[in-house]
Amino acid sequence: MDFVAQIGKVVIDSLAYLGALATLVARSAFCVFIGPFQKRPIRWQRVINQAAEVGVRALPILSLITFFIGLIFALQFANELRKLGAMNQVATGVAVAISRELGPLITAILVIGRSGSAFAAEIGTMRVTEEIDALEVMAIEPVEFLVVPKFVAMIIMMPCLTLWANTMGILGGGLFGVTGAGFTWGRYIRSSLDALSLHDITTGLLKSVMFGVTITAVGCYEGLATGGGAEEIGRSTTRAVVMSIFLVILVDLIFTAIFFASNQ
Amino acid sequence: MAENEKESAQPEGPMISVRDLRVKYGEREILHGISFDVTHGETLVILGGSGSGKSTLLRTLVGLEKPSAGQIWMKGEDIAAISHKGLNEIRKKLGMSFQGGALFGSMTVGENVALPLHEHTNLEDSTIDIVVRLKLNQVGLLGFEDYMPSELSGGMLKRAAVARAMAMDPEILFFDEPSAGLDPIIAAGIDHLILQVKKAFNMTIIVVTHELASAFLIADQMLLVDKGNIVAHGTPDFMRSSDQPRVRQFLDRVAEPEVAQELDYLQMLTGGTSSTGKLPGRRKGV
Repeated sequence: MDFVAQIGKVVIDSLAYLGALATLVARSAFCVFIGPFQKRPIRWQRVINQAAEVGVRALPILSLITFFIGLIFALQFANELRKLGAMNQVATGVAVAISRELGPLITAILVIGRSGSAFAAEIGTMRVTEEIDALEVMAIEPVEFLVVPKFVAMIIMMPCLTLWANTMGILGGGLFGVTGAGFTWGRYIRSSLDALSLHDITTGLLKSVMFGVTITAVGCYEGLATGGGAEEIGRSTTRAVVMSIFLVILVDLIFTAIFFASNQ
Repeated sequence: MAENEKESAQPEGPMISVRDLRVKYGEREILHGISFDVTHGETLVILGGSGSGKSTLLRTLVGLEKPSAGQIWMKGEDIAAISHKGLNEIRKKLGMSFQGGALFGSMTVGENVALPLHEHTNLEDSTIDIVVRLKLNQVGLLGFEDYMPSELSGGMLKRAAVARAMAMDPEILFFDEPSAGLDPIIAAGIDHLILQVKKAFNMTIIVVTHELASAFLIADQMLLVDKGNIVAHGTPDFMRSSDQPRVRQFLDRVAEPEVAQELDYLQMLTGGTSSTGKLPGRRKGV
């Protein structure tokens, strides 16, 4: 009976958590779409600052990681293709795997590590140092001021980062293609582009937007829910990373299943 | 009926009227029905030990805590029952200086002071710059507009927080522990600043503190809160001459007897009845 009660509690807690995230997303969406008509415009300067932090500053490390992932994937793929005598298919395999799945997912995981944790730590610190209270006393809505610019920046930057990650991943695979599989750079890139349909790219980009919404919601919610003390900030940051990774993979699964079903 | 009408409107005269205010954290009641008035231009110092409920009282007055019962009349509105939008309209006429300053670490001092002006007024940037310099000048920080909060000392941080609190020319200014964590000289400077602000702008000021020297220097009226109740309310002279045991214990800095049991400690903080049936350290209210 205790076991059943525990499962019930976990289910209720999980639903309450998802409900809180959905409420935060809904409040932010209200501020984005309805706010400007109520003389509460989006703070574009803060959006630009966030976009630079979330997007532009992530480019070097994202480039490096996705280039290596592309290269690793090509090496693994080539092992099997060599047995089949189909080494010329390496470009196709890498391009499809990176664009459909690995590009968006690796980008999301990197953004969780860089920005999701930073959102939780930043807002959590503001909670502990009474800066959130100060905003409220100044009649400034914390969600509107802190969370909305992050959502807008993420929704703009995640697809951009994903496209960049796809490109770097394909180039990483290309390094093996050129040095180990007899491709020229021109032929490798042509083969990659031929292998991709617009659908592959758009599904990846759509998923990346959903990942961006998930990461921002979890990071900001954990920050706002931070209790008192420095320890709590650390706890919120860890929870933000763990929950974001879990939820991003869950969202990935749901969307992949939907795309699979819609292609039947 | 007549009594109901009387209760549903702000009493004539006072700037703030608090009536039978009760605040709960979960099931535990922190404030047990507090009532007092603050008149225009008056400085009220709320005194009390740690865990007495004085900070909860201040947070409730600015709408950061929702009361479980009672009324808080401010500018003709009961902020305990007002809508969120209405509360925000009233908040535009309030300023608050937080204990640690609560300046935004990612903004310069000037940007911090300018924030409420950017958010709530249609002033040109150049006009806002002038207002920011004016406000910083009033707290003795002219020239520090481009400094980051992390580059300021504790006393300067508090001054900058006061400048931000005054940015919208508030009618009521709240201070949470203005001298906490400061050396006596800097703390005296903050007291002087509060007196200066009061004199220059005739503002209603509410200060929460447990620093006695500071309290007696700046107060027109004093309120001693203990275990969620008002123990004494009066002028500094009234408090000095009071023979009320809890007031004397607080002013004469007499240590509280050790509380051995966890339950007694919790009840001491919240003002409930102890396991022995007695109220530890509790005195009858004035």
